[in-house]
Amino acid sequence: MTADLDQPVLEVRDLAKSYGDRRVLSDIALSLWPGEVLAIVGESGSGKTTLLRCIDGQIAPDDGEILFHSRSQGVVDLATLSESQRRRVIGNDLGYVHQNPRDGLRLDLSAGANIGEPLLQAGLRHYGRIRQIAGEWLAKVEIDASRIDEPPLRFSGGMQQRLQIARNLVTEPRLVLMDEPTGGLDVSVQARLLDLLRRLVADLDLAVILVTHDLGVARLLADRLMVMQAGRIIETGLTDQVLDDPHQPYTQLLVSSVLQL
Amino acid sequence: MTDSVQQSGLPALETRDLAKSFTLHARDHLSFAVLSDIDLAVHAGECVVLDGPSGAGKSTLLRTLYGNYRADRGAILVRQDGEAVDLVRATPRQILAVRRRTLGYISQFLRVIPRVPTIDIVAEPLLALGVGREAARHRAAEFLERLALPHRFWELPPATFSGGEQQRVNIARGLIAGHPILLVDEPTASLDAVNRATVVDLLQEARQAGKAILAICHEEATRAALATRFFPVPLKAQAA
Amino acid sequence: MNAPIAKTESTAGSYNFAYLDEQSKRMIRRAILKAVAIPGYQVPFAGREMPLPYGWGTGGIQVTASVIGRDDILKVIDQGADDTTNAVSIRKFFAKTAGVRTTTRTAEASLIQTRHRIPETPLKAGQIIVFQVPIPEPLRWLEPRETMTRRMHALADYGPMYLKLYEDIARFGRVTTAYDFPTVVNGRYLMSPSPIPRLDNPKLDRSPALQLFGAGREKRIYAIPPHTTVKSLDFEDHPFTTERWSQHCARCGASDSFLDELVVDDRGTRRYVCSDTDYCDSRLAAGGGR
Repeated sequence: MTADLDQPVLEVRDLAKSYGDRRVLSDIALSLWPGEVLAIVGESGSGKTTLLRCIDGQIAPDDGEILFHSRSQGVVDLATLSESQRRRVIGNDLGYVHQNPRDGLRLDLSAGANIGEPLLQAGLRHYGRIRQIAGEWLAKVEIDASRIDEPPLRFSGGMQQRLQIARNLVTEPRLVLMDEPTGGLDVSVQARLLDLLRRLVADLDLAVILVTHDLGVARLLADRLMVMQAGRIIETGLTDQVLDDPHQPYTQLLVSSVLQL
Repeated sequence: MTDSVQQSGLPALETRDLAKSFTLHARDHLSFAVLSDIDLAVHAGECVVLDGPSGAGKSTLLRTLYGNYRADRGAILVRQDGEAVDLVRATPRQILAVRRRTLGYISQFLRVIPRVPTIDIVAEPLLALGVGREAARHRAAEFLERLALPHRFWELPPATFSGGEQQRVNIARGLIAGHPILLVDEPTASLDAVNRATVVDLLQEARQAGKAILAICHEEATRAALATRFFPVPLKAQAA
Repeated sequence: MNAPIAKTESTAGSYNFAYLDEQSKRMIRRAILKAVAIPGYQVPFAGREMPLPYGWGTGGIQVTASVIGRDDILKVIDQGADDTTNAVSIRKFFAKTAGVRTTTRTAEASLIQTRHRIPETPLKAGQIIVFQVPIPEPLRWLEPRETMTRRMHALADYGPMYLKLYEDIARFGRVTTAYDFPTVVNGRYLMSPSPIPRLDNPKLDRSPALQLFGAGREKRIYAIPPHTTVKSLDFEDHPFTTERWSQHCARCGASDSFLDELVVDDRGTRRYVCSDTDYCDSRLAAGGGR
C-alpha cells in the first residue's frame, strides 16, 4: 500500500478545449493514484463528460497534457499519440464504462464473447481459458452463469451495465473511466450496481475517474471529489470535506440542492 | 508507531493558531467564525476531553482535526512515522493515508453505508490496511462480541438498528484498526449503563496502550473515568 | 478434353489484347504490385466495366487480363471443373480477345483463373493463380462500415474475428465455417481467401506460385507472394481442421481431394466425385480408379 504513494497513474495538466468561441474546458488539472476513486461532479454542460472523453482519446484537446504512467513505456502524453501508438501504449490498461451499456457492448454477440473480446485483444488464444474467465467474471458481477451464451440484447438494463463493467475490468486495467454508470437505471438497480462497484474497486485496487451528477453516488464511491462548472474546476478535495464543508458558492448550492431523505 | 510517539515526548496531535469559520454564500455571504487561535496538544497515553457549552465548536474542532472541515489558517500536526504531517497543508492523498493508518474518528452518529452487513462495516478499516478478509472479520467479531451486539445482527446492515446499537457498531469500527490517535465524539451518548461501562473500558485500555485520545463527552461519569485533562473550547461571538 | 485446345485466330479486330486498354492494365498492374508488396492487404482499384455482370468474376477477369501475355497457357475452372458454363465462357473470352493457348491440365497452365477452388495438383514456381472474390473484407460480417474495417486492419485489431470462432464453438462445439475461412497472411493482415473450402486453405500456405485475388464489385485486389505464410485462424485448444469424407472418389478412387456429392437418379442415389475435373481425369488416365 505504501509503494503506490510514489507514482500516479494519471496526471492531467492545463487541459483546454474549445468549440469555436465556446470554451468547454479551461485549465483542467488533476492527478490520480492507483486505488483512488475520483468523482467529477457537475451539472449538464459543466464539461465533465468532455473531460472524460479527452482522457479516453475520443476528443482531442486543444491544449495541455494527459500523462499516463503505462506499464511498459513509462510516462506518455496521451494527447500527442496517434491511435495506433495509443493502442500499443495503453493496451488493455484503460477501461471506459459508457452511461448507456449498449454503447459499450456488442449486443448481438453472447455475454461470454463480450467479456472474451478484451482477452482476445490481449492475445489470449485458448478457448477454454477464455470461457472460464468469462464465467468467473459473470459471477463477480452477479449475472447467472447459465446466461453466458445469451446475447445482452435480451438482458435488462442493469444486467447490461454489469456486463459492460465485467467487459471493462476483465483485463484488470490500471485506470477505469466511468460516465454516469448508474444513470438511467431504476433506483433499486442503481443501488445494487453501486454496491458491486464499491466491492470491485476495493478488491481490485482500481484507479477510477467517475463522472456523475449524483452526489450520493460520489459520496458512496469516491475518495476525492472535483466540482466542475462551465468548463472549470471550481472546488476539489476529499469527498467528505467538499460535501460537508463546501467553500465555493456553486458547491454550496449543489450540496444544498440534494434531497436528504 | 505508538512506541516512537511515546518515546519522542512530542505530542501525537498538535494544533497551532487553528482557526475555522463558515461562509454561507446563499445567505448573502454571511460569515461566522467558530474557532480561532486554538493551540492544543495531545500526547500518547492522554485522554483530553473538550470542555465547553453547546455550540462552542467542539464537534467542529474534531471534524477540522480529521480533515472533514477545512481550516482557514493554522496548523494541525499529526505524528506519523516519526514525522509531523500538517493536515492543513497536506494533499488529499496524504490525508487519506493519515486517516487510514494513524488518525481515527468516531463520530457522534454512525453514517450508514447502505446494504453492507454490520460485520463488514466494522472490518473495513482493517481491509484498508491490507489485512485479509477472514482475519478482519474475525477481529470485527471480537469487538462486536465485547460490545454485546447480538450475533443475529452481525450479518444485517445497521440501518434499522437502534441508536445505541448503531453507536456500538460505530465504536467497534473506530477502534478496530488500532489508530494511535483517536478523535471521539460522544462515545456513550445513546448507551445504557452496561454498554457505557464497556466503552469506557475499551477507551481506557486504548489510552493505557499508548493511544492519544481527544474526546467530546457530556456524560459526567464517563468524563470522570476517561479524562486525564480538560481543554476549554471558548464560545465565539457571531460575526456581523 | 485432355489435349490442349489449338490456338485460335488472333484477337478480334476492335479489341485490344485481352480486352482491356493498356492504361487500364497499367493501373491494375500498379494495384497488383502494391498488393504483392503488402501481402493480404486489400488494394482499391478503379474497376472497369466488363462485358459480364458483377458476381460473375469481373475482378478475376480484370486481374487475368492485366497479367496475361501471348505465350501464357490459360486454365479456367469454376468449383474445380473446366466444363461448367462460367469456366467455358471465360476461357472462350480470353481465347478470343488474347488469342492465347488454353488448357484443362493444371500442370501445363502458366495462368489459372479459378472460382472457389484451388486445384488438387500442387502448383509450381512460375505459375499464377487468380481467384475470383465476392466479398474481400473478412470483417464485413462483424462491421458493416468500411471506415471501421480499414481502421481495424490498420491497427491489426483482429480480436473480434476470433469471436466468430468462439461463438461457433460455444454454440456447436466446433467451428462450423466451411468455406472462406479467415486467414492471417505473413503474420500481419487478416484475409478472406475467397469461398474456397477449408480443405484448400493449407494449399495457400507457402505456395511456390503467385496467388492473386480480384473482387470486381467491391473493387479490391490483394495478393499472396510466393512462399508466404498463411495461417488459418484457430484456438490453441481448438486447432484448425479440414473436412474428411467417408468415401473415396467414385470415379478415380482419390481419398485426398475435395469431393462433390452428386445425386444420380430419382431414388436419391449419391455418388462422390472429385470436384477437380482435371485431377480426376489425370488419375483415371494414369490407371487409377476403383
